[in-house]
Amino acid sequence: MVFSFLVVLIVISINDSFVVAQKRQSLNDDLKKPIKFGFGRAATGVEITAWDIDVRSDGKGLPAGQGDVKKGKVIYHSKCAVCHGVGGRQTGEAKLPGGALVSDTLATGKLKTIGNYWPYATTLFDYIRRAMPYNLPGSLTNNEVYSLSAYLLNANNIVGDSVVLNAENLAEVVMPAKKLFIMDDRRGGAEIK
Amino acid sequence: MKEKAKIIEKTPGSISRRTLLGGILAAAVLPVDELFALEKDTINIPNVINEDPTKAPGPGPSPLGKRSTFEKPVRKPSDISSRTPLQDLHSTITPADLHFERHHAGIPAIDPDKHQLLIHGLVEQPMMFTLADLKRFPSITRTCFIECAGNFRTGKEEMTPQDILGLTSQSEWTGVLLSTIFNEVGVQAEAKWFLAEGADAAVMTRTIPLAKAWDDAMIVYAQNGEAIRPEQGYPIRLLLPGFEGNMNIKWLRRIELSEEPYMTREETSKYTYPVKDKIRMFSFEMDARSIITYPSYPQQINKGYVEIRGLAWSGRGKVIKVEVSTDSGKTWEIAKLQEPVLSKAHTYFRYLWNWDGSSTEILSRVTDETGYLQPTLKQLVEVRGPNIGGYHMNPVTAWQIRKDGSVLFKPENYTK
Repeated sequence: MVFSFLVVLIVISINDSFVVAQKRQSLNDDLKKPIKFGFGRAATGVEITAWDIDVRSDGKGLPAGQGDVKKGKVIYHSKCAVCHGVGGRQTGEAKLPGGALVSDTLATGKLKTIGNYWPYATTLFDYIRRAMPYNLPGSLTNNEVYSLSAYLLNANNIVGDSVVLNAENLAEVVMPAKKLFIMDDRRGGAEIK
Repeated sequence: MKEKAKIIEKTPGSISRRTLLGGILAAAVLPVDELFALEKDTINIPNVINEDPTKAPGPGPSPLGKRSTFEKPVRKPSDISSRTPLQDLHSTITPADLHFERHHAGIPAIDPDKHQLLIHGLVEQPMMFTLADLKRFPSITRTCFIECAGNFRTGKEEMTPQDILGLTSQSEWTGVLLSTIFNEVGVQAEAKWFLAEGADAAVMTRTIPLAKAWDDAMIVYAQNGEAIRPEQGYPIRLLLPGFEGNMNIKWLRRIELSEEPYMTREETSKYTYPVKDKIRMFSFEMDARSIITYPSYPQQINKGYVEIRGLAWSGRGKVIKVEVSTDSGKTWEIAKLQEPVLSKAHTYFRYLWNWDGSSTEILSRVTDETGYLQPTLKQLVEVRGPNIGGYHMNPVTAWQIRKDGSVLFKPENYTK
């Protein structure tokens, strides 16, 4: 009687440890070859187009359309100057709510502007289109954004008065500040950098 | 003379005569648990202060808890951010409602049932995920800090830890590993970076190296056990342990995989800083840092034992050592670290000091597991130049202890 009870116990414990070992094995397999869960759904082309507004520094993502300095100046002074100042310049003591955008190229002032601190012209288009004007983001047409980009680059002495910017030539504009930028050169470890 | 109770505030939580009477009547006929369920629809915290709280029953349970009326920790808001009151907190977790904020066009109101995350670009299958989809994946929890890259202020003696570096907070975050989601969509071999974009009015975007996704990046939907707060990215945010706060995109709605970075405004004209005659960009990891939070301004200490307490952290791994100096930096002693010490997490430290009442300065400095020792401001200026700017500043900071026991920050000038 006592003997058979013991045998049953031993059998159970062997079974248990076998099950545990099996489970561990399958977990390791999961980590090596992650499974596809099948959650979520395929995105449609229409959905991607509606949200895919980014413009890369090589010009990928720039839309059709064009703009010039003259049109840009008009749009700037009706929609942007209230926060960024007349002509994009900091004048007087009162700090501009949106900061200055224009300064002498690579001037060693404290103001960081498009002319002395922006390494890529494409960033201007991307940022204005997604986030400006502050009170009505996303309200500008692509042509208006091209025109504003042309006006601001011209005001910073980076492009000429007659420039017409579009998807082909915006990424080719060389920004004065580009040569100043370096990728992170800290490497961890003891060095203070 | 025998004032039994002092009513601090007359709110639904205070005990009215009717409630007391009702309670007494109910007590005669109801079991005890029913008695305490009487005010379930209100927030019940005792705010009638009895001289002897053992002589009158307090209010019962309530649907939502609240801080004691004696405790009033607050964030310190500016136009664009608000700071965590580090001097009012204990140990490492930041209550969710005190987590620092930094947003670039306000907090969007998002219906979680309508919110979707699009993943496209260099993937095998562009996909759309609802919040419910994301919650079905294996759920991972991690405790780590998030710190703004522009987290250093100085300039006057009357500054609290909140004023100096209150743009760091720590939470227990829960969500899905980004690697799990990237495995689901399938990543093409040419992909090296991914763009993350928010659904706020700034449509905030940053480019992140793909390696971070395979390492420890997460998409999180919970903070300290509940849904993340609207100001922290409700319903989902990106979590990049140890990386500068701005990259942890809130209100995440889109991820695009790419062979190269996008050079967005926030990774070029912002969150970059002069290093001698160059400008350093893509500076992701937050270097190791520490601060003494007690004693600090505006606290007051007494002669005798003072336990110096504070926080230390590193975006590159674990804190391995915190040293404290009580003699203005001449000698350093090892502080005790509160276990468990977690990687890329605020770590609580303490050091028992017997203050003799003389004026001095107290400081802390941290060493992380990569061997990095927190630098002084002088060292940072030496390696980066005088035009140092305000990003990625992690200098050792000192508190001045006056003979009267008052504590003041020691500001150091460094700008040109």
